[in-house]
Amino acid sequence: MSDGAPILVVDDEVQIRRFLRISLEANGYRVHEAALGQDALLKTAQLRPELVILDMGLPDIDGLEVLRRLREWTKTPVIILSVRDSDRDKVSALDAGADDYLTKPFSMEELMARLRVAQRHAQPDPEEPIFRSGDLQVDLVRRIVTVRDEPVKLTPTEYALLRLLIQHAGKVLTHKQILREVWGPEYVNETHYLRVYFAQLRQKIEHDPAVPRLLLTEAGVGYRLMVEDRVQ
Amino acid sequence: MDELRPDPDALLAAIQKDEERQQRGKLKIFFGMAAGVGKTYAMLDAAHQLKQDGVDVVVGYVETHKRAETEALISGLEVMPRQKIEYRGAVLEEMDLDAILERKPQLVLVDELAHTNVPGTRHTKRWQDVEEILEVGIDVYTTVNVQHFESRADTVRQITGVTVYETVPDTMLDLADEIELIDLSPEDLRKRLAEGKVYTPERIEVAASNFFRTGNLTALREMALRLTAEHVDHKLQDYMQLKRIAGPWKSSERLMVGISPSPFSEQLIRWTRRMAYNLEAPWLAVYVQTAKPLHPEEKDRLAHNLALARNLGGEVLTVVGDNIQEVMLRLARQRNISQIVVGKPIHTRLQAALRGGSLVDKLVRASGDIDVFVVTGDPISKPQVNAQPRAATPHSSVKQYVLAAIIVATVTVIDLIAVPFIGYQAVGLTELFAVLLIAAYLGRGPALLAAFLSALSWNFLFISPRYTFHISQLQDVILFLLYFAIAIFTGNLTARIRRQERQARYNADRTLALYTLAHEIATAVNMDDVLQTAVTQLSSVFDARIAFLLPDGETLNPRPHPVSTLPIDEKDFSVARWAFDNGKPAGRFTDTLPLASAQYLPLNTPSRTVGVIGIGLQQEERLSLDQEVLLETFINQIALVIERELLDEAAEQTAMLQESERLSTTLLNSISHELRTPIAAIMGSATSLLDPQTASSQDARDELAKDIRESADRLNRLVENLLDMSRLESGRLQLKREWCDLGEIVGVAVQRFERCFEERPLHIDVEPNLPLLLVDFVLIEQVIVNLLDNACTYTPIATQVQIELRHTPPVLELVIHDNGPGVPAEDLEKIFDKFYRVPGRTSGGTGLGLSICRGLVEAHGGTLTAENVYPSGLRFVLRLPLEGMPPPVREAEL
Repeated sequence: MSDGAPILVVDDEVQIRRFLRISLEANGYRVHEAALGQDALLKTAQLRPELVILDMGLPDIDGLEVLRRLREWTKTPVIILSVRDSDRDKVSALDAGADDYLTKPFSMEELMARLRVAQRHAQPDPEEPIFRSGDLQVDLVRRIVTVRDEPVKLTPTEYALLRLLIQHAGKVLTHKQILREVWGPEYVNETHYLRVYFAQLRQKIEHDPAVPRLLLTEAGVGYRLMVEDRVQ
Repeated sequence: MDELRPDPDALLAAIQKDEERQQRGKLKIFFGMAAGVGKTYAMLDAAHQLKQDGVDVVVGYVETHKRAETEALISGLEVMPRQKIEYRGAVLEEMDLDAILERKPQLVLVDELAHTNVPGTRHTKRWQDVEEILEVGIDVYTTVNVQHFESRADTVRQITGVTVYETVPDTMLDLADEIELIDLSPEDLRKRLAEGKVYTPERIEVAASNFFRTGNLTALREMALRLTAEHVDHKLQDYMQLKRIAGPWKSSERLMVGISPSPFSEQLIRWTRRMAYNLEAPWLAVYVQTAKPLHPEEKDRLAHNLALARNLGGEVLTVVGDNIQEVMLRLARQRNISQIVVGKPIHTRLQAALRGGSLVDKLVRASGDIDVFVVTGDPISKPQVNAQPRAATPHSSVKQYVLAAIIVATVTVIDLIAVPFIGYQAVGLTELFAVLLIAAYLGRGPALLAAFLSALSWNFLFISPRYTFHISQLQDVILFLLYFAIAIFTGNLTARIRRQERQARYNADRTLALYTLAHEIATAVNMDDVLQTAVTQLSSVFDARIAFLLPDGETLNPRPHPVSTLPIDEKDFSVARWAFDNGKPAGRFTDTLPLASAQYLPLNTPSRTVGVIGIGLQQEERLSLDQEVLLETFINQIALVIERELLDEAAEQTAMLQESERLSTTLLNSISHELRTPIAAIMGSATSLLDPQTASSQDARDELAKDIRESADRLNRLVENLLDMSRLESGRLQLKREWCDLGEIVGVAVQRFERCFEERPLHIDVEPNLPLLLVDFVLIEQVIVNLLDNACTYTPIATQVQIELRHTPPVLELVIHDNGPGVPAEDLEKIFDKFYRVPGRTSGGTGLGLSICRGLVEAHGGTLTAENVYPSGLRFVLRLPLEGMPPPVREAEL
């Protein structure tokens, strides 16, 4: 399957690289490997992969630094794999431009789903005027939101939130990113705005607001809008 | 036989002395009767001999007095550079003690032991420098003349008329391992003087006709010879004791000398020391502190006398009491004293009679089998005694006398008005009453004045014939005389009661201060508290700024403890360090580095020095004697408490180590099972997958892969729990509180248990419009995850699980309720203990989850409890406090 999308796996652990290679190749990716940060920077430039899977704890340069240097010149989607599970690490990686973050141990299923989302964003989709996920349908041109074909009335702020999430559907947005985009840079620390508005939004668009399926909370990090194909 | 047996105590003392000497450097004193006998020459000569034998000799300080023969001798030896000190504009040279300690030779030559150092050097006296050199194990050769020894100083003055100011304590003589007497006949010495070998020509004339008179020299020579003989005799006795040679064992005599601030006491002390030395007896110097306050001058002299007694090797005691002879005799009996030494009274017989008999009379009468020596004072010091300001009883000021006069005048005026109605006898009583009041409040002097004035005015103004001092009737004469006597007697009596009351109050204050310190220190929970208390107490009792310096390992930490109020700069610290290293006081009011701005006292305990306390007094003069005693008691107490704290800390650390050891054993025992089970499953499944037979079946492959995944999940959970536990236990857990929606947290947690709740019906009931909570999102999520995990692990499939969220001010209440089998009532609390598992349950949990939950909830100030519900099931109730209101939420500006 050497004709699939090229992907670069950066991890210093041989075993992790090995099982990633097996699974990724089975799923049709063309896998390149790098064990060091320097190596990763070089191979990204040479091989131009469509996706990068990056470990944070590298022996030579810290993964976060690798990410920053990559972001200086490329928008190639980067998914972070790390044993560091504190929300501070996640947030700093996402704020530095990572597209997603998975903590080890993780399931292959999960990784594949995240890779697909990242890939979709990388391909500059023709701007779709209508977004659908599960019961939710949003007409971005006419600004009409319907849930199970029932129109839903959103406040301007709620709509702005929803539109931002749709633009990055499937991807985690950190609290800071959302607050900066919707409220402005001076509000980046007012996390409780999000608590209130997401609760309101869930009341309006979720089937069961207590167990949300669309507007997911990433504990300590931010929010993600799930893209669901099945209709309930 | 018994008489021949050595006294064990004496033997021990001899051995100790010997051991001490072996560690210390050896001291040899070249000893002479006067300047010019050739001590320095002899010392240098001996040094040359040793140098030839390969001994590392340096000249610490030798004054050549520009004598050619001495200078020639010095040239072959290594001479230590001298320290240059600026003092009042002149640059003076002193021995450089630190350079010598640094150089650490085997032997140092130090001339003129009695020399007084320039202010600004470490010690005031050179003999103290020598002591320090000896202490580090360096041998010292030194020179000194007989007149410089403390105990001989007044004899020398009596003989030669010259007062000797530079003195060396006799203990230095005891310290000496060897004494070499450099003897010269007076005639030869005078000849040397005449030849200009002792002094420069211009001084020869004066010296020859004063100090160097043949008579003087003969007396000094005799003294020097006798001192040497005494020393040799003592050496012999020490030797005999050490070698257990039966011989003249030390006498059972014990001497006690009573001292006072009087200059006489100095002679008494020297006399006692000489006698004790010859008797080989221990001696005590006792000061009885009465209610009588001391002048600053007297305080100084008393401190000097006490220091002298200490320097001469006596034990110094201060006791409080009003009746001197009673206190002295009581103490003498307690301490088995055989002889008491007191000074001859200076009062006349009449004075003594007025005071109820002289101290000596009373002492002699009550002494029983104790001998009393009465020693005469030296006539030379008499003028000093007379010149000394009279030590007043509570000093009444002029103001008080004037006030007394005014009171008498006022009462008299009132009486003048009232006398027609009450009669002149009642007038006398009113005046007497006024005298009593004055005695009680203004003291003895004003009372006597009042008695005198009122008697006169009564006589003059009221007793007939009025307006004369003449009294016509006999009964009036008796009345008047009685009045006078009663006024004086009661005035005296009242004043004395007042004085005693003051003494009692002072004693009570002192006791209270000590009690407060002891109490507060005892209740202090840690070192910081102890030191804080000590600083507060010491500052208030002594009106001083205080600094505590504690050791950091073996050396003193230059940064004072944060509770200190006295700033410590580099110079102060060097003083403090000296006090710490040597375990002796230093700084202001001491003999070591007295120019420092504060006093540094070591905190000594029987085993070691635990630190140094710096005391910066606000007042200019030194503390009074009793304050010093109080301070010493304080410091001893503090030192003991600090040591206790240090030991406690050490013990606590040991206990903590033991506890963590016990915990890790439990942990290992409990966890090895939990770790091995999933690993075994993973290993088994993986090897099965490798087996081609098994791997050919699709179902079997799926089953095995699922097993591996589940076991890995379980392992992962265990590791997470262990990490959380260690974070909680180590206290490194930091809450990242932010305003959160508890319903949202529940939603996130529930998503993690998709599989579990596919098999168990889940019902979530959230009250609408719940207020936001200020909590750590991730940690509270974890609490809920653990509780749900518990429900999934310990309940059978199809058990109903219910989550309720309610607003019950002042808390938000989260209830997780399952229909499972519940937990036996006696285990309901225990399930929150670490590694506790309900007996008989299938394993799968780590025994850590609930314990972590409770820890996290309590860190948020909330509670977590478990209860059984009827008819079956378990209910966890989590209550989190609602704190404040979140700031208002704004709409976005779009």
